[in-house]
Amino acid sequence: MKTVIIKYNAGNVQSVMYAMDRIGASYLWTDDEQEIRTADKVIFPGVGEASTAMSYLREKGLDKVIPSLTQPVLGTCVGMQLMCRHSEENNTTCMGIFDLDVKRFDSTNFKVPHVGWNNIYNLKTDLTQGLRENSYMYFVHSYFAELSPYTVAECNYVQPFSAMLQKDNFYAAQFHTEISGKEGQLILENFLKL
Amino acid sequence: MLTKRIIPCLDIKDGRTVKGTNFVNLRDAGDPVELGAIYAEQGADELVFLDITATVDNRKTLIDLVRNVARHVNIPFTVGGGISSIDDVSALLNAGADKVSINSSAVRRPELINELALQFGSQCIIVAIDTRFVEGEHIVHTHGGRKPTELRTIAWAKEVEDRGAGEILLTSMDTDGTKAGFANELTATISANSSIPIIASGGAGTMDHFTEVFTTGKADAGLAASIFHFKEIDIIELKQYLQQQGISVRL
Repeated sequence: MKTVIIKYNAGNVQSVMYAMDRIGASYLWTDDEQEIRTADKVIFPGVGEASTAMSYLREKGLDKVIPSLTQPVLGTCVGMQLMCRHSEENNTTCMGIFDLDVKRFDSTNFKVPHVGWNNIYNLKTDLTQGLRENSYMYFVHSYFAELSPYTVAECNYVQPFSAMLQKDNFYAAQFHTEISGKEGQLILENFLKL
Repeated sequence: MLTKRIIPCLDIKDGRTVKGTNFVNLRDAGDPVELGAIYAEQGADELVFLDITATVDNRKTLIDLVRNVARHVNIPFTVGGGISSIDDVSALLNAGADKVSINSSAVRRPELINELALQFGSQCIIVAIDTRFVEGEHIVHTHGGRKPTELRTIAWAKEVEDRGAGEILLTSMDTDGTKAGFANELTATISANSSIPIIASGGAGTMDHFTEVFTTGKADAGLAASIFHFKEIDIIELKQYLQQQGISVRL
């Protein structure tokens, strides 16, 4: 099986690679369109800022490649936000795979960013098979995807928001599966088993 | 619900943990990777590795260590000690650290915080503040709390947040090592003043001290070293206890 981790200016993806190593999965880290198109699984990680990431994807033509993929794709953190329609982070037009908007948490009564371990619930995707309701995942983010028909796991901070999304072959998680302990690892394993 | 975090801190010298430990199941008590993995297994929410030698010679050893930790540990970890440039941070993050912690270098040149936040994102920049109460005021100290600065702690905490710090690691030199409890009043003042998480450190001796720092002290995370290393407090028992006290923890 060929798994590709998409290479772009997404900050540090080393943790994702080590997580793949821990579960004994091989991967290719690349931004080459052919390699991405011929992969069995595609991981689209992300740490960083939305508009910078989107400009890089546009420059490489990846903003067209990613939405046209037909194999299972997993976007995490900013990767997930870039798969939505629009992000309030520097008013960024994103790839629009998920027809919903990414907004900033209201910081009136809460600390923003949302940092730390929070429970996810209403789990209804193949990726959460074997995971108990209210499992804890590690989050670090200031922007969130609203609840929508694509929401397959929820989390609550300031308000309920989408912890995971799914539409056809596209899967996404707001939290960092790669550093969310055994539970995060299970989600990665489930994805690779699809 | 977002949980309060429990963070063991490991002091590192020449790539080895410095303080002894009471873990009988450790093959090598000085191996930070093995100790870190055990803490992760026991329910630690994050780990902090503090390089207390932090000389140029030791840098390569530290990078190797970070790479090893990242390979074996599946929870977030922070590396601190002797970090003073974008290159230092870049090397640590590329080796697999999730966050870095800066201290003296931020006091010397506060713009460093802005530069690091811009380059790597606030989420991975922790500013550590060592504070001591001197003549009626909380004053920022450097060099392990030995050297006073001109900075007032509460104002400095606000400044580091404005400059882009993602979290503050607040260590009270007045309570550190006393096992008499965290500096709850100061921690609460700073936490109430800030919109970024505050990690409280210094003074943990009992499980109730953690309850207090999360309630009275309004801390988002509690950090301790020796009480975990010497197994005076077991992390799982601590978290179960906190849950009984109505504090939200990851169990």
